[in-house]
Amino acid sequence: MSDEQHIPGATVTRLEHDRAQIEALEDRLFAEIEDSGFPTSSQFAIRLALEEAVTNAFVHGNKNAAGSDITVEYAVEPGRVCIAVEDRGQGFDPDNVPDPTLEENLHKPSGRGLMLIKSYMTRVWHNKAGNKLMMCYERPDATS
Amino acid sequence: MAAHESRLRISREGPVTQIEFLDRNILDEANIQAIGEEIGQIIDETGEPKLLISFSNVDHLSSAALGALITINKRVNDKSGALRLADIDPQIYEVFTITRLDKLFQIHENRDDALSSF
Repeated sequence: MSDEQHIPGATVTRLEHDRAQIEALEDRLFAEIEDSGFPTSSQFAIRLALEEAVTNAFVHGNKNAAGSDITVEYAVEPGRVCIAVEDRGQGFDPDNVPDPTLEENLHKPSGRGLMLIKSYMTRVWHNKAGNKLMMCYERPDATS
Repeated sequence: MAAHESRLRISREGPVTQIEFLDRNILDEANIQAIGEEIGQIIDETGEPKLLISFSNVDHLSSAALGALITINKRVNDKSGALRLADIDPQIYEVFTITRLDKLFQIHENRDDALSSF
């Protein structure tokens, strides 16, 4: 999956920077996740990663440009949830993000989103341009 | 523009200002900014602010919320005050440890322990 640039079989949604739209998407996504039997710990992890990815897309990707949108893809399988978030920006180098856990960065109020995504999701990767993040969460107790 | 309705419950226990969140999810950037401004005003209005922030109602928070807490912590320290965090759910506490922010904040298991620490 980690070379894929799209999530196979995904539901695709465009989102504006509007809290109601974001929450409506999360309601649909987490209804599927809960129906698939993912425990609350998994739901916590996925919600946090999705929120961070969406915020990064609007704030850093789209530079908070008024009227800009992002595209979110998601697919829920019995043992795995995959999500992609694409912004309209120029992209960035995900390997060149300062480590927020270093002493000199602990007091900084921002810069933790990508680290949290990588901590909570099983696999995280970007497209070549760096403006699309893809991530999958695999249930720890799922059998392949 | 309408004033942002407070999303906090604020009470006083002697010199300590206790703050609780009304929302279970501290995720929305606009809400987080408003919360930061409201707590900032409390800090500005108090000589050596002693703040206790309880997370007893909180199920989810984002890194933007962590950023607001960092800013609050700095402003409290700049006024020679003290900040304590308490009642943090284990899943949320893990976010603090993953980000190493458990080293930056004084975190207590419950409100009583936090109050005793001032």
